[in-house]
Amino acid sequence: MDVVQLQRQLVDYKASLYNEAILDEQFTQLQELQDENNPDFVVEVVSLFFEDSERLLNELTKALEQQNIDFKRVDAHVHQLKGSSSSIGAQRVQKVCIAFRNCCEEQNVQGCLICLQQVKNEYSLVKTKLETMFKLEQQILAAGGSIPV
Amino acid sequence: MVESGFSSPRHDAFPAGLRVLVVDDDPTWLKILEKMLKKCSYEVTTCGLAREALTLLRERKDGYDIVISDVNMPDMDGFKLLEHVGLEMDLPVIMMSVDGETSRVMKGVQHGACDYLLKPIRMKELRNIWQHVFRKKIHEVRDIESLEGIEHYHMTRSGSDMVDDGHLLGGEDTTSVRKRKDAESKHDDKDLNDPSSTKKARVVWTVDLHQKFVKAVNQIGFDKVGPKKILDLMNVPWLTRENVASHLQKYRLYLSRLQKESDTKNSFVGMKNMDPPTKDSTTGFGLHNTVNMIKDDSSNGSYSFSVKNSIVQNVDIKGYEGDRKGMTSVAGANSKGALSIDIPNPRKAKSSQISFDHSLASVDSGVNFPSFNSSNPDQYSWREIPEIQFKQECEPLPLENGFGQLPLPVPQHHIQTDYIKPAPSISSAPSITEKEATSSSIEVKPLYEEYRSNHVKQLSPTEAVDFLPDQSKSQTLNNQVFEPISATTSTMRSQGISLNCLADLEFAQRNLNEDLQICWLQAQGDCYATNNGLQDLQGIEYNDPAPIYEIPFHLYDAPRFDHEHLFDPTEYSAIDQGLFA
Repeated sequence: MDVVQLQRQLVDYKASLYNEAILDEQFTQLQELQDENNPDFVVEVVSLFFEDSERLLNELTKALEQQNIDFKRVDAHVHQLKGSSSSIGAQRVQKVCIAFRNCCEEQNVQGCLICLQQVKNEYSLVKTKLETMFKLEQQILAAGGSIPV
Repeated sequence: MVESGFSSPRHDAFPAGLRVLVVDDDPTWLKILEKMLKKCSYEVTTCGLAREALTLLRERKDGYDIVISDVNMPDMDGFKLLEHVGLEMDLPVIMMSVDGETSRVMKGVQHGACDYLLKPIRMKELRNIWQHVFRKKIHEVRDIESLEGIEHYHMTRSGSDMVDDGHLLGGEDTTSVRKRKDAESKHDDKDLNDPSSTKKARVVWTVDLHQKFVKAVNQIGFDKVGPKKILDLMNVPWLTRENVASHLQKYRLYLSRLQKESDTKNSFVGMKNMDPPTKDSTTGFGLHNTVNMIKDDSSNGSYSFSVKNSIVQNVDIKGYEGDRKGMTSVAGANSKGALSIDIPNPRKAKSSQISFDHSLASVDSGVNFPSFNSSNPDQYSWREIPEIQFKQECEPLPLENGFGQLPLPVPQHHIQTDYIKPAPSISSAPSITEKEATSSSIEVKPLYEEYRSNHVKQLSPTEAVDFLPDQSKSQTLNNQVFEPISATTSTMRSQGISLNCLADLEFAQRNLNEDLQICWLQAQGDCYATNNGLQDLQGIEYNDPAPIYEIPFHLYDAPRFDHEHLFDPTEYSAIDQGLFA
């Protein structure tokens, strides 16, 4: 595939992410922050997000496996996850976190388990999408092109 | 471009070069914010932990212009950090959160945040943060101008009538004069109003001054108080109404916080073993408005009594380890220490607190024993809490004298008596903090540690409660001991310390093991020259009879303890200091 095609693909791909609300405005902001001083800024930030989220998801899973669930703890983790998903604009993840927090407040175990599953799904989705996008970008760069904004 | 944030303020091109400290436990946000702030041409320092942030701030009092902090952090509540910063360093603090609930925002404002941002944060929001710095500077400039009065060049510019107003008593004249000055200052050279350059001249609320303030407040009646009235009563020529007003505001915040804390905290301030933040010599502390005393090193020892105004005078910090310099006389010394005594529950000791009626400060001195809350380090700055309640519960709280309750499990009582010497008047709070309580008082910790190293030994369970009679130094003891105390609390009022309680305490103390070391904060040298009672505690060294541990002392030995002294304004300071942490 030639560069132009790749670039077009990338643009379309990104647009779809926004359309599907997988990403929101915040992601655009992130991209705008990237500059020559930090050419890999977005990738770095997203990587941090992945790491942090995975950690939080593990914590959440553990916490919800307990006999006596500590809802406060669960809520705290969800809150953190909400915060970090907002940092990169992972809108769908953020939305599930809101529902998740409600379940915590209500101490609804089933609800929490469902939300946990949902949040994991959304997280996987955004991760996959972003990784695909980054790959596309790499391809473009490798082919000598530049990333369309 | 980002340096360590320790550079001196740039005078050119403000707001560029604004030195921002960002605190957030979320690494993703930290990175993003850093980048965004750099884009605004600010100098950014990032920090993932609240404690770390406090350390950085204490190390360089003038190293930052503004702090941005997240509300939810694992090691410390963002609101607490906010208070600490506001009181100790008096820097503008912006809170952030992904949670925008009104109640949270309100809480932020109540705790002194100058703004509350919702995540995700936009560039344009960050671009404008300099206004908070600028605003503060302007206020400071006004204060300074008032303070300097005659010398201020504005004075000359404003005409000779200003000169006559050397005694800016906050009267109408002053107000109008000030208005004029303010108007003028707007056109001033940037220099004068340059936020970064005027930071230094602020009113230093010394122990004495604060005491006068507190006295005045009490005289007027807390409800009817107003800056002008206070100012008039205080009769301090160079002080301005504005100074008093802002001080009053802080004081109120402090008191209301104490109230809340006492309601919610049940633990003594645990002197957490915090690693003392950088150890410098006392210089680290900016006494300027707060007494951060905690001895000479910037770490605020375990007890951080953040006394806002170098009330430290009475604190004989030196007492601690003999090497706390600066702290001594905080009052006199400008030890910029941050006395921050986190006393989470000032007065209302919840369960496990001995109730003492503290009228130590009798109303005015607001002796507040710092209640160290083991769970959170709250700072108290002055407490004018008239009563120190130590209510004993069955909890093993070691001494709750008004210091938060330490959630002491029975067996382990580590009474940390290492209290920072700060406020002499921390009467009730002998720093009996359980070691466990460590988590809560951040500030106290460092001091505590140091202190401990000098002479404190971990109290063994048996000793846990200093005051408890030997029966079992367990909570039950406490209960017993305290019950009567509570009962008689009201009678003690005048003493500021329930004598009954004292008596009980004394008794308890006498029975304490030697191991029990209570490092009373020796805030005041004049406190008791000898702690007879304490002496029983052997091993406890205080350089000065613990001022902080006033209650016990008083209890024991009336003569030893100079009751009057208790009411001595300076003593209050100590306590107040703690209050005004």
